[in-house]
Amino acid sequence: MTPLSGYLFVSALLFCIGLAGALTRRNAIMVLIGIELMLNAANLNFIAFWRFSENPETMTGLTFALFSIAIAAAEAAVGLALIITIYRHFRTANVDKVEDMKG
Amino acid sequence: MTLPFAIIAGLTVGSAIAAMSLRNLVHCALSLVLTFAGLAGLYLQLNAEFVGFTQILVYVGAVAILIVFAILLTRSTEPKDEPATVTPWIGIAVAVGAFLTMALAVLASPVGKRVAAPAPEVSVKTLGQKLMTDYVLPLEVMALLLTAAMLGAVIIAMKDKEGQR
Amino acid sequence: MADFFQAIDQFPVTLKHWLMTQLGGVLPEWAEPLVSAALSITPILAVFPLMFALTTVIERKGLGRIQNRIGPNRVGIPLTNIRLAGFGQFIADGIKSLIKEDVVPRAADKVVHFLAPIALLIPVLLTYSVLPFGRNMVPLDLPQTGLLFFFAVGASTELSVFMAGWSSRNKYSLLGAMRAIAQMVSYEIPLILSALTVVMMAGTLSLSGIVERQMWHVAMPGIPGDQDGLLARWFLFTPWGLVGFFLFLTAAAAEANRTPFDLPEAESEIIAGYFTEYSGFKFAIFFLAEYLGLFAMCGLGITLFLGGWLPPVNFAPFTWIPSWCWFLGKLSALIVLFIWLRGTLPRLRTDQLMGFAWKFLLPMTLINLVVAALWHLLANSIPLVARWPLCFAMLAVPYWLLGRGFEAKFTKREYRFAN
Repeated sequence: MTPLSGYLFVSALLFCIGLAGALTRRNAIMVLIGIELMLNAANLNFIAFWRFSENPETMTGLTFALFSIAIAAAEAAVGLALIITIYRHFRTANVDKVEDMKG
Repeated sequence: MTLPFAIIAGLTVGSAIAAMSLRNLVHCALSLVLTFAGLAGLYLQLNAEFVGFTQILVYVGAVAILIVFAILLTRSTEPKDEPATVTPWIGIAVAVGAFLTMALAVLASPVGKRVAAPAPEVSVKTLGQKLMTDYVLPLEVMALLLTAAMLGAVIIAMKDKEGQR
Repeated sequence: MADFFQAIDQFPVTLKHWLMTQLGGVLPEWAEPLVSAALSITPILAVFPLMFALTTVIERKGLGRIQNRIGPNRVGIPLTNIRLAGFGQFIADGIKSLIKEDVVPRAADKVVHFLAPIALLIPVLLTYSVLPFGRNMVPLDLPQTGLLFFFAVGASTELSVFMAGWSSRNKYSLLGAMRAIAQMVSYEIPLILSALTVVMMAGTLSLSGIVERQMWHVAMPGIPGDQDGLLARWFLFTPWGLVGFFLFLTAAAAEANRTPFDLPEAESEIIAGYFTEYSGFKFAIFFLAEYLGLFAMCGLGITLFLGGWLPPVNFAPFTWIPSWCWFLGKLSALIVLFIWLRGTLPRLRTDQLMGFAWKFLLPMTLINLVVAALWHLLANSIPLVARWPLCFAMLAVPYWLLGRGFEAKFTKREYRFAN
């Protein structure tokens, strides 16, 4: 069985890949994908800590991960709807081009 | 470290890197799906079957489809002459720094060496009972949030009545 | 006598067990689970593609009869004069698709275009791993998450459809893929909700557990069938099960892109939908995956509502028939039903399709869920003769009201250009 640190390393790597993507990519959808990756990394941490905890019967990590998945779905729906509206308005999904506050 | 874990972890991280670095956005979305599937595999390794299959159902079945639709609706697949990233080196440096901090923290802490207890007996029934008793307030809030998100997404993405532009 | 029939019933299981004990001494330890899995998979890979092959011929012949023509009746066994009433057609079709040229459009995204049929076939085959084909015959028994596995794996076919449609760089492919995804996402909700009713009543997500709950001698409050245990307690015989089965079947037809919901590949509108740009063997894989998906959906419907491998009654000549024969027989009956529907119903329009899913199927499945809960709660207070009509009326009235709304909308069609 892999020790906890293995899962934590994978999770940290995923988080940082997501962070790098969200910071560097120009397209708004890519930024959203980066945020999704970071959320998933956190989920992996919840599950790993649940599995390696002293008393896993309480299922705190599992329920937290389930809630987090639901939140991520809601976030993706609203985020992508916003991106589509922004695209309709500015004719671009590039986050650098969307800088004026005028309606 | 076992062989299945190494394979799944390698696949997950590799496809995550591909998802963040490929130029074609649809390829990015498809690599992202592979990452989600790999994460579900890791959950299965951790005896969290229910969450693993929920992950596939929600992420591969719904979120990935949403992302793909958004990519097509914003015409992001069309080739552009501008670079795909902004000032990549600062972002990557921040990410590498964050990773090093976390890796050092994991290595330093005694928690990382913890070995798993024998697989816990989790039935979906007890999970459901937990959700309906101890966690019933978060569950209700979640239902409210999902409803609000659905209404919000529909209203935001709805075409204006006047048809401007 | 009973032992003999039981031996036939359990023949696949004992055969596998015997093979494993024979191989036990020869194989290294790490290979044993792999060989065991391979032995479970082989019958699935043998039976269902063969069933697909026969279904294509039966479908063509059946559609031919419905449309007042004969259908394929020539091809028999190659190099002989035996004709088999045209049932050799699938061999000829298979050879044809194998030796056809594999055309890939120049503009296509080669990698994704190549991966799409594989990414479609694998999830479809994976769904078979949790279906109980007979007594003790589940390739992968997931006692906690069987049904969830089925839906999770089934949901990932949507992405393969998108891969096929997008990578072809063809507007008809993309249109077909978009139609298919919109349709599959919409109809997945009533599909899962109608299956959820069964999960709620059976109290388990395990598919073999759901079949066992429909057996005669398991006492479950709220499921009819006489107490001596002669009749099976299929969920079909309850009001919510009856309605749920038809809702499930409708949603399953839409998930599997069958007529009247075959908009994603409407030949007269968008050529062949998302697999327009596929030829030869890749096209055959799409065809195979589509039919295997339909069979898996039918198998799930049988497991959930029609008692899986259980015979309808619990006495002699019926219980002699092996359990897997009951499963395959029910499956064949449902396939024939789908062929019949294809020959009978016209194709829907896209707005009708979406309206039907969201304004009719979704409310009906939600009402069905509530009625099932009531059925369970009233089990001890109201006798069965009163409870059955009461619950059925609670489903029939909304059906009538919702249906009336649709009728009023559909009959007033304006022919803008003809007038």
